[in-house]
Formats: sequence, C-alpha cells, structure tokens
Amino acid sequence: MIKVENLVKEFGTKKAVNRVSFTVQKGEILGFLGPNGAGKSTTMRMITGFIPPTEGRVTVGGHDISENPVEAKRLIGYLPESAPCYSDMSVHGFLNFTAELRGINGTKREEAVRRVVGLCSLESVLHQSVDTLSKGFRHRTCLAQSLIHDPEVLILDEPTDGLDPNQKHEVRQLLKRLGQNKAIVFSTHILEEVDACCTRAIIIDHGEVRANGTPAELRAQHDLAGSVTLQVHGTPAETVKSRLGGLMLAQKATASLVDGVVHARVYPRNRAMNGELAKAIAEVTTKEGWQFDELHTEDGRLDEVFRGITRPDTLASKTE
Amino acid sequence: MNEATRNIWTITKRELGGYFNSPVAYVFIVIFLLLNGFFTFMLGNFFERGEANLNAFFVWHPWLYLFLVPAAGMRLWAEERRIGTLELLLTMPITAWQAILGKFLSCWVFLALALFLTFPVVATVAYLGSPDIGAILSGYFGSLLLAGAYLAITVATSAMTRNQVISFILSVVICFFLILAGWEPVTNLLVRWAPQWLVETVASFSVMPHFTGFQRGVVDIRDTLFFVSVMIFSLFSTSVILRGLRGA
Ligand SMILES: Nc1ncnc2c1ncn2[C@@H]1O[C@H](COP(=O)(O)OP(=O)(O)OP(=O)(O)O)[C@@H](O)[C@H]1O
Ligand SMILES: [Mg+2]
Repeated sequence: MIKVENLVKEFGTKKAVNRVSFTVQKGEILGFLGPNGAGKSTTMRMITGFIPPTEGRVTVGGHDISENPVEAKRLIGYLPESAPCYSDMSVHGFLNFTAELRGINGTKREEAVRRVVGLCSLESVLHQSVDTLSKGFRHRTCLAQSLIHDPEVLILDEPTDGLDPNQKHEVRQLLKRLGQNKAIVFSTHILEEVDACCTRAIIIDHGEVRANGTPAELRAQHDLAGSVTLQVHGTPAETVKSRLGGLMLAQKATASLVDGVVHARVYPRNRAMNGELAKAIAEVTTKEGWQFDELHTEDGRLDEVFRGITRPDTLASKTE
Repeated sequence: MNEATRNIWTITKRELGGYFNSPVAYVFIVIFLLLNGFFTFMLGNFFERGEANLNAFFVWHPWLYLFLVPAAGMRLWAEERRIGTLELLLTMPITAWQAILGKFLSCWVFLALALFLTFPVVATVAYLGSPDIGAILSGYFGSLLLAGAYLAITVATSAMTRNQVISFILSVVICFFLILAGWEPVTNLLVRWAPQWLVETVASFSVMPHFTGFQRGVVDIRDTLFFVSVMIFSLFSTSVILRGLRGA
C-alpha cells in the first residue's frame, strides 16, 4: 500500500532524511523508531504530501503523492505530531468538518462521527470546545479525525503521546485491531509498543534507516541475544568456563567469581538453536553435579538494540 | 455541486462559523458601522452637502478598509500556521486552491455582510431626497470589489507568517501603497518632477482612480477587471507562498 523509494529531504544544507526506502503492505503495522531529530516526522510529512521530498518517490495505493496528491490523500488518515485541532470548534464540530472534507455526507457522516467518537472514547467531551480540552483529549480528538473515513492507510506520528496508561493500552489494542486490514505506520519512543503491536519496525537515525525487521529479528541483533546465563555455586570459575566453552553448540563461554558465586555466560554458535544450548548446559550441570540457579536465555533487549544502533559512539566506531 | 465547489463551501462555512463563534465578529461589525457613520456624517459633512447621493459615504472606503480589511483577514492563514492545523488542512484530499478560495470567500462574505448593514445610510438619503439608485448600487459594487482586493492582499501576507500582527502590518503597508500611488495629493506632487507617462503608469496600479468611477455610477469593465486582477494575482501569490513554505 505504501511504497517509499530513496526519499531525501534537505533543509538548507542539512539532510533531515537520507535515502529512506521501505514498503508497507496491507495487514502490516510498522513501528517507526529513532532518537529525537532522526527524521521520523519529516518522513511522515513527505508520505502524507505535506512537504514535497527533495528527491525520491512516495506512492500510496498506487498513486504518486506528488503527481496525484488528492487521490493518494483520500486513502490516508494522518495524525500530525502536535495533534493540531481547530481551537474555535467543538469536538463534534471539528469531526463533522473533517468528515465533510473527506466527502462523507448525510447520515453516513453522523454514523462516521459516532463511530470514531466511540473508538477514541470522546463521548464525555463531545460538545466541549477544543481549546478547553486536556492534552490527552485533544490528542484523541485528532486521532479520531484520522480514522473518520476508515482509511486504508494510517500514518500516526506518536499516537500514544500524552495519553494516560489506560488510553495508551486502548490505542495499542485499537491499532492492533485496525492493523488487520490496513497499512499502518506509527512513530513512537516507547519500545514496548513495538512488541505490543508492530509486525515490523524500522530504526532510523540521522535520516538513515539503520535497521528494518520484525521485533524478534531486531532483538536478535543484540550481541547478547541467544546467550545463556547461569550461576554456579562451589565450583571454580575456570572449570565452569572450560567445561561450558567446550560444548558443541557453544561459541565461547565466560565465567567470573562474584561474591563467591560463579556467573557464567555461554554464547551460542547458532542463535537459532539457543533452546538446544540451554538444554545441553542443563545436562552438563547435572552430570557434573554443580549446584546452580537462574539458568536463563537472553532474547536480546530492544532498548539495548536501539541504543546500540543509535548511540553516537557506536556510530563513530562503525565509520572508522 | 461538484467536488471542488463542495470543498470550497465546506471551508467557507467553517471559517464563517469561526468568525461568528467569537465576539470579534460583532465587535468588528460595530466598529465598522461606527467608523462609517463618523466618516460620512462628521468628516464628510453629509448633511451640509445637501446632495442626495452617497459620495460622502463611499469616498472614505479606501481609507476605512485600509485597516479594517487586514484586521478581518490577518488570521486566515497565520493562525492556521501558528496552531499547526495547516498540516491537517493540506493533507486533506483537497487542493491548496480550494482552501485558499474557501478562506478568501468566507472573509469576503463577512465583509459584504458588514457593508450590507450600512443600509440605514441609504435609507437616510432616500428619505431626504431622491437619490440615483443606480449610482448607489454601483458604489456598493465598487466598494465590495475594493474590499476583495485588499482582502486578497491580506490573504497573501497572512500566509507569509505565523504572526497575525506582522501579517496585518504588511498588508496595511501594501494597501497604503496602492492608495497613495494614485491619490491626487501624491500624483500632483509627482507630476512636478516625473514624466507624465510614469505618473500615469504608477497611478494605474492604484485603487483610487479605479474606485472613483463606481462612486459616480459608472461600472467600467476595465475598473472591474483591475480589482479582479489584483485578487487573482494575490491569491495566486498565496498558493506560491504556501508551496514555498512547505518546500523550505
Ligand atoms: N522546517 C524545517 N526546517 C529546518 N529543519 C527542519 C525542519 N523540519 C525539521 N527539520 C530538522 O530535520 C530533522 C528531523 O526532524 P524530525 O522532526 O523529522 O525529527 P523526529 O525524528 O520526528 O524527532 P522527534 O522524535 O523529536 O519527533 C531535525 O534535525 C529538525 O531540526
Ligand atoms: Mg517527530
């Protein structure tokens, strides 16, 4: 549904977005991650046709956003970063207006407004003026606006920003539900959201895509992913290290003595087989009669992966 | 109604609602009427003239509109930029032209309404004498065109900035120039050292010579075209400004 090819955006001499390409199919929920100023909002503004790209192409449902903007925009529901709403209108008036601009008329419009008011739990503020709304309600009003025409494509810039924990949960559930037959792109700074509802995630930094994959794939990029840790009592660290490092499935092992307990970590030869590795280690410990506890397989941590990819020092070491 | 007119109408309706939802609209209309009365009856010596026409009324409009039209139109785009709804509006399935026209029309309709409310002046002349109805109608028509031209300029300056005050000042300056270029005291000054053709060219850009005809009851197609061209040119500039803004 969404196809982004070699997107570049320059502000003066500064490249805010640099050769970004990806596609999103129907049924996919793409999480857009990256530190502040990475270029997430700029990319989304180009996808929705608000700012033209310096280079590159965006097509939405087969319509080029530069050549055929109106047709492409029809398919898109968009929540801008600041969740802007016309402050001189009531919530109901605002939703009515956006529905009208989307070409929804008559009883269909009442129905559409009622539907999104329900989806975003706006019943209690329906006739309140937008400028007296709390931040979370304003955010939800703008989110409701993006859903009013039941679009095939949803572009949401930080949809859970400013919401209370219950509403965050609600919105994630909503995205998951909607994602079954839509193409959704949303940006976020909350990594659990990626696990909670994305089918795929992109990490972008300094305008460039650094990683693109399912949450599990991203997690596996972590250096420690797939390694097995355990603590052994009453056995010398050296013995533990050489015995575990000698395992067929192990690439190497480390062990150190902390407070009289040996903390060991075994790295797998093949990450896909880490279940086997844990089993093999368990067998060794029983055979050797080691006293151990906390045998645990790391599945990699998304925040660590995120930091590893976007931390300035790792960037520097990569370019060296 | 086809889609384009429907979109324009949707936007016009919203903006009009925006005017009347706030007290600003009523304050504006009251000030407009008071100033009109003051200029016409005090400065224009309406009664002393003893003429059954509205010259004393219309002659002040270029000056009256100079401040009132920018005040009414300055928020149209500036406010949209300030609160960020521009991003929402321009990612809707409408063209920038439809948005520009919708906004322009809403404010023009509002000004027309304010102008319409000056009808007691007409009633007064009709009561005191037997005025030339044709001249009155053409005066109103010209006044409306004049307001439209100023408004289109304000729409353009409003798109240039997110600050309403700056937008107001810019449009006042531009409209003031459009008055001065053809205002008699200024042209008389210019003739002393500039060649005749130059003075005439400069003056032809002014609203003044184009507006006087309407007051006398002459609806000249060239004068009408002048105001319409100012509107088209300014609205076109607005679309260029809006595009440039997003491309920056
Ligand atoms: N209109 C503009 N003019 C100049 N620079 C801009 C403009 N808009 C964005 N930028 C720059 O482009 C870069 C990317 O900004 P962008 O808003 O896309 O970041 P982001 O990934 O959305 O960040 P955040 O997580 O803080 O929302 C930033 O360095 C920003 O300063
Ligand atoms: Mg952003």
